[in-house]
Amino acid sequence: MITGTPKPIEEIMEMIESYDNIILAGCHGCVTVCRVGGEKEVQVLASTLRLAREASGKPIKIREVSLERQCDPEYVEQMRPYVEDYQAVLSIACGAGIQFLAEKFTTTPLLPGINTGFLGVTERQGEWAERCQGCGDCVLHLTGGICPVTRCAKSLFHGPCGGSVQGICEVDKSVKCGWQLIIDRLKALDQMDNYTKFKPFKGWSSARDGGPRRIIREDMI
Amino acid sequence: MKSGSNLEKVLAAGHFSVTAECGPPRGADPDVVRKKAAFVKGNVDACNVTDNQTSVVRMSSLAGCMLIKEQGVEPLIQMVVRDRNRIALQSDLLGASALGVRNILCLSGDHQKFGDDPQAKNVFDIDSMQFIHLVKLMRDEGIFPSGKKLEGAPKFFIGCAVNPFADPFEIRVPRLKMKATAGADFVQTQCIYNMKKFKEYMELAKRQGLHEKIKILAGVTPLKSAGMGKFMRKMVAGMDIPEEVIARISAEPKEKQAAKGIEMCIEQIQELKEMEGIAGIHVMAIEWEEKLAEIIGGAGLLPRPVVE
Repeated sequence: MITGTPKPIEEIMEMIESYDNIILAGCHGCVTVCRVGGEKEVQVLASTLRLAREASGKPIKIREVSLERQCDPEYVEQMRPYVEDYQAVLSIACGAGIQFLAEKFTTTPLLPGINTGFLGVTERQGEWAERCQGCGDCVLHLTGGICPVTRCAKSLFHGPCGGSVQGICEVDKSVKCGWQLIIDRLKALDQMDNYTKFKPFKGWSSARDGGPRRIIREDMI
Repeated sequence: MKSGSNLEKVLAAGHFSVTAECGPPRGADPDVVRKKAAFVKGNVDACNVTDNQTSVVRMSSLAGCMLIKEQGVEPLIQMVVRDRNRIALQSDLLGASALGVRNILCLSGDHQKFGDDPQAKNVFDIDSMQFIHLVKLMRDEGIFPSGKKLEGAPKFFIGCAVNPFADPFEIRVPRLKMKATAGADFVQTQCIYNMKKFKEYMELAKRQGLHEKIKILAGVTPLKSAGMGKFMRKMVAGMDIPEEVIARISAEPKEKQAAKGIEMCIEQIQELKEMEGIAGIHVMAIEWEEKLAEIIGGAGLLPRPVVE
């Protein structure tokens, strides 16, 4: 899923300072699962903002909305009938969702209520970790199902570097060495011959380096 | 000769080689480099110039190489893939070769987290293994990775680094083999303090005949004090300093610890010199270049051979 973290309330207060009626829009997709932008979070954030604004003597009207997905036109369109009645939309969906709203509602300012994080998994309740950078050219079959681009701090294709100590990355004690994980797994799979193979230069044009990406599926158009 | 560098010639002639390193200054003053070069001159076959080590910004490695070259010291340029994509790497290789740098050390580079600019974006377009391959391709095939022909191939004696003390140990020798296969002519190791573990590493390397495929230069760093040893052990990932090494220097009063550190370094070089498969020594006297003559001379490695 796409993960995220709430923006500090002070930062949001500053963003909405000049408005007295806004929409606060959540999303039922990834941000609901990682509990940063779902229906519940919309309710909590709206109450917090209302209380804070009341306390400062500048009350604000907030319409609470939760779309099925902010990244799909059919759900985004549900907001069209009333969006212009408000001065701004504060969205707590991911960056894709926020931008999609901005694209569709060209005359309404869109404000981000969260900082979008990464493509990751729930390791345990309350803890998410990155697994994929969406680089567009997957090599997981060669690396024991563990991604060197994401899990190695240097994205090495022939790791680990000299900073791997007892399975821990030199960058942070809380980070496991991605290459130690790869080696452990290749050993378990009896695929260590994959380790010693020379891997050619990675093509980064399929990643963000090639410019904004687009997928076109002719069979679906 | 692949590069015609002095280091390559000395090793090819079967001499035990000596390299050292100069860290460029954190500023634009060329005299800092010239002073260090004066301490190095005559004591080594080539001198590494580090490339923003520990991600702390310093004068560029290529500029440092030119400054020591002007002083009559053969440069060995360190180049990291942390800060340069393949376009910049190729360009810098051509530039360094054009300016007469004939030795290179291909490194991945410390993560930017350790320096003054932890917010910097890192590159790592290719890794150090692929970088070795790139230099070899350009040198031996005379082409760019795109396949296009070079107007003059760069000439480098290609080096790499290994850390026999990092984990997991079992892949450390295979990794050296991979680097040799990718095209490295020589390797400089991480500072050795744990001689027992290093011997174990060398035994495994020799079993695969790696010492005949690649010139192995053993890395040493003299300790200035017991405190330095403890600090390095604690702060540098993959730095293996056994307790007995710390205990030996700690047993000296503070004012005699530096002399002890040098004595221990000389002993270690003499031991390494006798080990089968070790082709030379790489002395990393960190901000202590003035002691190089004492250390290298003390180990009986002066004067340096002149090979035509």
